[in-house]
Amino acid sequence: MLKAAGPDSVLVVPACCTSVIQGIYPNTAMNIPVYNVGFATAAASASGMSAAFRSMGKKTNVIVYAGDGGTLDIGIQALSGAFERGTDFLYICYDNEAYGNTGMQRSGGTPLGAKTTTTPGGKTDFKKDIDAIVAAHEPPYQATACAAYPQDLFKKVQKALTFRGPTFIHVLAPCPPGWRYETGKSVEVGKLAVKSGMWVLYEREYGKLTITGPSKAAIKKPVPLEEYLAPQGRFKGIDRKALETLKQRVDRTLKRFAQEEAGVC
Amino acid sequence: MLTVSTGNKAVAMAVKQAKPAVVAAYPITPQTEIVEQIAEYVTAKELATRYIAVESEHSAMAACIGAGVTGVRTFTATSSHGLLYMHEMTNWAAGARIPVVMANVNRALGPGWNIWAEHTDAMQERDTGWLQVYVASVQEAYDATLMAFRIAEHNDVLLPVMINLDGFLLSHIMQPLVADKIGDFIPPLHLPHAIDVTKPRGYGGLTGPDEHFKFRWDIERSMRDSRKVIEETQAEFNRRFGREYGWTEDYRCEDADVVVLSLGTLGKEAEMAVDSLRKEGIRAGSMRVRWFRPFPKLDLNGRDVVVIDRDYSFGFGGVLARSIEAKNRVDLFSVIAGLGGQEVTYDDIAGFIRNRRMGEEFWFGVSGDV
Repeated sequence: MLKAAGPDSVLVVPACCTSVIQGIYPNTAMNIPVYNVGFATAAASASGMSAAFRSMGKKTNVIVYAGDGGTLDIGIQALSGAFERGTDFLYICYDNEAYGNTGMQRSGGTPLGAKTTTTPGGKTDFKKDIDAIVAAHEPPYQATACAAYPQDLFKKVQKALTFRGPTFIHVLAPCPPGWRYETGKSVEVGKLAVKSGMWVLYEREYGKLTITGPSKAAIKKPVPLEEYLAPQGRFKGIDRKALETLKQRVDRTLKRFAQEEAGVC
Repeated sequence: MLTVSTGNKAVAMAVKQAKPAVVAAYPITPQTEIVEQIAEYVTAKELATRYIAVESEHSAMAACIGAGVTGVRTFTATSSHGLLYMHEMTNWAAGARIPVVMANVNRALGPGWNIWAEHTDAMQERDTGWLQVYVASVQEAYDATLMAFRIAEHNDVLLPVMINLDGFLLSHIMQPLVADKIGDFIPPLHLPHAIDVTKPRGYGGLTGPDEHFKFRWDIERSMRDSRKVIEETQAEFNRRFGREYGWTEDYRCEDADVVVLSLGTLGKEAEMAVDSLRKEGIRAGSMRVRWFRPFPKLDLNGRDVVVIDRDYSFGFGGVLARSIEAKNRVDLFSVIAGLGGQEVTYDDIAGFIRNRRMGEEFWFGVSGDV
C-alpha cells in the first residue's frame, strides 16, 4: 500500500491496530509521516490536512488508514462529512470485522453469526454495508480489496491516488486471533472469503461497477460458504438458522452485483 | 479605521487580518455570526482561506489540528455544547502543540436549552492546556483575537488560545471599533514540528510511562513561559496601536478597601457599581480578570474580596472564586450570578459589595436578599 502511494504521502491513523504496530515512541516503523489522531476523527483530520497542503500548492497524498470500528462505527460521521465535502484524500479501511486492539468485540463490521467477546452466542445482526453508504456519496472512485490478493490492492491504491476528490478502498483483513484460525492460514482464509462470495472484489469508477479478479468467477459459481466458515473458530457451532440466513444474504448480494454489472437493475 | 461592530464581527475582522490558511466552521448560537462573516470574506475573495464547513464541532477541532500540523495558521469558533462536543480534541490540540486560535462565545449548557451567557462552558476546558482570555468590549474582542495568534504561535508557547466573549451581551451588541492596519504584528508561523515528507516522523504514537509525563510537563513549561510572551505581546500591542491590556483590568483599585473580581461583561457593570459606591463613601474597586489560563498573580493584600462567578462547579463552588482562594490568602464573599443570562445590573453588584458576607457563598436570585 505504501509502495503504491510513494514517498510524497502522509498517513492519518485513528485508534486501530496500526496505532500499535507502527512502533513505540520515539521510534516509528513507517517511512512516511504518520499522524495519529482521535478515534472518531480520521476523515476530519485528513480534511484539514488536505486543505492545508492544497493551500500551499502541495500535492501530497493524504491517506487515512483506519479499522472497521474507526470507519463503520465511531468514525462514520466524519467519514460522511469529508466525502460530502469532496475532500481530496484516500480513505482506506482495513476491516477485520471486530474491535481488535481491545480484544475482539463486535463492531458494525462483524458478520452475522460470528462470535466475538461481546457476542459470545454469535452476532444476531448483519454486517453494515459501508460500501453502499460510501457509494451514496458518489465519490469518483471506490474499491474493495482483500489482503490475500496484494497485487490487486496495490493496483487499486495506485489508481485511487490518480483521482481528485475523496476515494475509498475497503480491505478485508483476515485476523488469526480474532477469527480464531492458525496464522499460516491467513491467505487461504482470505481467498476463501472471496471465492465463497462473502467478500466481493470490485471497483466503482464514477458509480460504474466493475467486478475484479477472482470475484468474476466467484460471482458466477461460488464455493460453498461452509468452506470459508469451517476453518474459523468464530463461526464454530453457528446455528442452522443463522447459517441459512447468511447463505441467503450472500446469494442476494452476488445476484445484486451480477445484475448491476450487467446493467439489469 | 473607526467603525461600529458587534463582538462577533469584531472577532471575524481580526481573523480576516490574521489570514489563517484554514478555517473550520460549524454553526452554533450565539457564535454563528463569526463563521458567517468569515464565509462572506472568503466568498468576496477578501480572505484567501480554505473554509471547511465541517459536520460537527468535534470535526472542526480535528480539522484544525490536521491542518495545523502542516504548519499553517488555523481558526475556528464555537460556543457551549459545541465546545463540549470538541472537548476530546481541545485536549488533543494542546497535546499535539497546535496553536489553534478559537473564539468561544460563552453560553449556558443544557438541559434545558438556554442560549444565553454563562462561563461554565469554558470553565470545563480549563485543564486542557489552552490559554484562556475573557474580554468585555467589542474593541477588546478584536484586540484579543489579534494578540491570540501572536501568543499561540510564539515559539515559547505553541499552545492553543481561546478568546471568550459573553453570548449576546457582547457577541451581539454594537459598539465602536477601531480596526488597525496590523502590518507585521503577527509574524509568519514557523511550526518546528510541521510535517515534512522529506523527513518522515511519527506523531502521537504509543508513548509509554517513561515518556508521557515529559510531554505533560512540556505543556506546563510552555504555559509558564507564555506569561512572558503575553506580557510582551500586550506591551507591543500598546506600543503599536495605543491600547493597553494587562492580566486584569483594574478600576479604582489603588486605594480600595473592597475589590470585586469577575470575568467578561460583568466586569464592566462592576465599574459602574464601583462609581456609585464611591459616591456613598465606600472605597470599592473592580478587578476584571482577563486571563484565566495561565492564571494571573493578583494583588489582593489586606482587602475585602468579592468574587462574582457566572459559572459553577457543583459540589465545589464558583470556579473563579475558588481559584482565587486557592492561589491567594484571602477570605472572600462568593457570589453566583448571571447564570444562563440572568440579568445582573450594576445596582445588583453594588448590593453584593455593600452587603458582603465574608466567607459565605451567595446565589443571586436564590439565597434571598444579600
